[in-house]
Amino acid sequence: MNQLPVIIPVSLLMFAFLTFLLGIWRRSLAYPVATAGVTVSLVASVLGLMRVLQSGPQHYFLGGWAPPLGIEYVLDNLSAFMAVLILTVAFISMAYSRQTFLKEVPEKIVPLYSLLLLLLAGLAGIVVTGDLFNVYVFLEIASLAAYAVLCIGNDKAPVAVIRYVIIGTVGACFYLLGVGFLYFATGSLNMADVAGLLPGLYGSRLVVAAAVFIVAGMALKMALFPFHIWLPDVYTYSPSGVITFVAPLMTKVGAYVLIRMLVSVFSPNYLNESFPVTVALGWLGAAGIIAGSIMAIAQKDLRRMLAYSSVAQIGYVALGIGLANPLGLVGAMLHILNHAFMKGGLFQVSGSIRYSTGLWQIPHLAGLGRRMPWTMGAFTVAAISMVGIPPAAGFFSKWYLVQGAVYADNWVFVGVVLLSSLLNAVYFFRILEKVYTAPEAEHGGASLAKDPPMGMLVPMLIMAVGIIVLGIINAAIVSNILQPVADQIF
Amino acid sequence: MGAFSSTAPLIAVIVPTLAAVLIVLSRRRPNLREFWSVGASAAMFAVVLSILPDVLAGRYPEILLFDISPGISLALTADAAGLIFALSASALWIVTSVYSIGYMRTVGEKKQTRYYASFALCLASTMGVAFSANLLTFVLFYEMLTIATYPLVIHKETPGAVAAGRKYLAYLLTGGLVLIAAAALTYQYAGTLDFKPGGFLSQLGSQPNLMLLFVLFLIGFGVKSALMPLHGWLPTAMIAPTPVSALLHAVAVVKAGVFGFVRVVGFVFGPDLFHSIGAWHVLAVLAAITILLSSLLAMYQDNLKRRLAYSTVGHLSYIVLGVSLLSPLAWVGGLLHIVNHAALKITMFFCAGAIYARTHCENVSELDGMGKQMPITMGAFTLASLGLVGLPPLNGFISKWMLGQGALGADAGVFLGLLLLSGLLNAAYLLPIVRRAYFAKSDKRNRFGEAPLLMVVPLVLTAALALFLGLFPDGLFYFYRLASDTAASIFGGVSG
Repeated sequence: MNQLPVIIPVSLLMFAFLTFLLGIWRRSLAYPVATAGVTVSLVASVLGLMRVLQSGPQHYFLGGWAPPLGIEYVLDNLSAFMAVLILTVAFISMAYSRQTFLKEVPEKIVPLYSLLLLLLAGLAGIVVTGDLFNVYVFLEIASLAAYAVLCIGNDKAPVAVIRYVIIGTVGACFYLLGVGFLYFATGSLNMADVAGLLPGLYGSRLVVAAAVFIVAGMALKMALFPFHIWLPDVYTYSPSGVITFVAPLMTKVGAYVLIRMLVSVFSPNYLNESFPVTVALGWLGAAGIIAGSIMAIAQKDLRRMLAYSSVAQIGYVALGIGLANPLGLVGAMLHILNHAFMKGGLFQVSGSIRYSTGLWQIPHLAGLGRRMPWTMGAFTVAAISMVGIPPAAGFFSKWYLVQGAVYADNWVFVGVVLLSSLLNAVYFFRILEKVYTAPEAEHGGASLAKDPPMGMLVPMLIMAVGIIVLGIINAAIVSNILQPVADQIF
Repeated sequence: MGAFSSTAPLIAVIVPTLAAVLIVLSRRRPNLREFWSVGASAAMFAVVLSILPDVLAGRYPEILLFDISPGISLALTADAAGLIFALSASALWIVTSVYSIGYMRTVGEKKQTRYYASFALCLASTMGVAFSANLLTFVLFYEMLTIATYPLVIHKETPGAVAAGRKYLAYLLTGGLVLIAAAALTYQYAGTLDFKPGGFLSQLGSQPNLMLLFVLFLIGFGVKSALMPLHGWLPTAMIAPTPVSALLHAVAVVKAGVFGFVRVVGFVFGPDLFHSIGAWHVLAVLAAITILLSSLLAMYQDNLKRRLAYSTVGHLSYIVLGVSLLSPLAWVGGLLHIVNHAALKITMFFCAGAIYARTHCENVSELDGMGKQMPITMGAFTLASLGLVGLPPLNGFISKWMLGQGALGADAGVFLGLLLLSGLLNAAYLLPIVRRAYFAKSDKRNRFGEAPLLMVVPLVLTAALALFLGLFPDGLFYFYRLASDTAASIFGGVSG
């Protein structure tokens, strides 16, 4: 079973085509086949993680060809962690989205599911590949599929996506340029190879330029402030079912690539001495945290508020990477996991409210706490986690980030992380107040509200429970999976 | 130091958590729901009481659960200090549960399920705070306490209550966040967060850094301890139903704050280190200012609960002052005051609530002649007032006496003067109420009579407890023994 690393993306690819073919023949088959594909990949990723924890990194050479010409797939702590994360969130979202798709875009089910599987294949491929150019290939697969699925929906979606296409493509091209420079400098596209060759090229301008291009490209892709401008519109106008896939995962993969570059290719010191890349990342992250949170407070549309909140959360990850110490990196990685569940859960709630009432403006949500108790309960759990109250997961990623900042003697970052909790409290508790204490609307959608059907409710509750569970077991995750990654480089 | 493995501290936390779940499940059957509330309080108290003999004998139950951060486990342990807090909170929860039933039914409040469930979660968090064995566990339960009390503060759901809730969260969350930074810094310096009597921060780093750490703790715990100028949330939180003000804002939440100071000074820094960095000056002066200013502000409040809130602010600083004076006797006085003030203040809040429930009077100016109409209630109120002033034979005298002796022993006699002055100020804002109740003629009202038994019996019990503890400080629960054991473990048996 040493093909586990490659089964994860390839199974999704195959099932993407299978979904399309079978779906054209019989529309009702699209959902089950797609779910089967996600399940296969999920099982493979979990098995992969267990294998990695037992026996160390797993390597697979595509076609048996060795690098530097062949493509290598690697499952180590970091990539197995990301793979399990992506597939788990995808699995839960698959279950959740079925009814929203049936309600909102029933005639487009078949292309929708095929494209979603392609998107997941791209994301999964990025995290398991050990080849720099292969990352670009999967990045483009994921991005193109994402552009397509995000368009399906209302009239404003295509316009928002055009901006994403332009900015996203620029980002991918920057990345490609950077990889190209690295290839010229080292002669190899394999990550491990390049890592071995780089110390010898210390001070080379080509390598520095490569690093800057790669980081800039990924910053665009992960919506790091101030490159985040594509994100709010895209998150606001895309269909509810799609955003529950995209929001928790898309930007995180960009962050993963950054971390991977830092861990397996460049080393933090190498980067910092030529060009203060990690310092820039940290400060942009801090700025994004504050800017994103403040913008979120100003929003009336629930989805747009969550979009700006996502910008802030990506800021946390960037800040953690930028601290360039083990605790900061652990905090960043843990936050990728925690945020996937928190934001996934929040967008699922937002979608449920839309499904049940057709509403998305915050002032209209008055009194929903009574009518949709389970939905709002899930929202409360996610909100508490975003603010950073234990035992929810959000507290623990902040704990590690604060520790990292204290260790780096950077009290501005400490202040930023803690202040953002208060800002989060402002915009989340404002909604909680509205939902639980404001008098209910007499007419309109809210008066007809009730909890969504089981098919949507259960995934939401799983996300909510997951947030608490992840908080409680965070030490196990950190010690076994994340800490070894950080220890590798520091 | 005999630590032994036992699940008792964990059970003390689990019982009220389970009760919260049961309360929510019984939402359609009020009697069953209230049964869970009272039953859980009695069960929790029984568990805590069962720990007492062991702790008195010097054997400390502890339980280490899983890690919550690599190298730091979720750990609960019952030592003398924690038991003082836990015993007083759990005993008073029983009477508060009974009182709540009476109050809620008389006043006809809505959303009672949310109320009882949140109350149970608050007590679970309080037990967690009392029994935390390390700073991270402490911070965890401390934050959970904040969030569990929020629904109780906004209970009435009026715009005023919601606004009060915002102020509450703003203050308390900020304090909690600063605590996270303090804990992170402590961990970086010491590599451990386990509480140790006498402190675990041996002289590390230069003095400025330890001062920074102290300032972080000062803000972090100062908010919940209502240390000025961080006290603003407490008077505003009086908008909550009176049983909330009684138990949470006189016994559980605020005492968690001062308990934090107990832990930091005695079990993190240690008295020697705390003294040598000069932090005791800062803390003592802030406490002194708080005591004086709060008493002055109390005199100007017409709303009875707000007056009691400012009184609480002042009395909490008695405890903080005792902790900062760094002498064993001052510590005994401060620790005893945790219990004594709790019993006295809860009595006064119970009285305020009984008066409101019966007559809808909230202000001191409306209390003329109340002594005739509600003799038992006002009798308890008078007793409690005398206790807060510090007159024997009530328990307030005992803690004040020890605090004064501690001040003398620490060569800080000025604080003794402060305590005497504060006693006079207490009289200035409490005794006029008594005077009005008994010696002023009420012109308009009909006879109201006492509040229902479910409210009157608890307040009589707590007043009687205050008297009992004044006569027998070590009686029933051995509070005096527990306090002196704590002081001994921290100061290493040095007398004076």
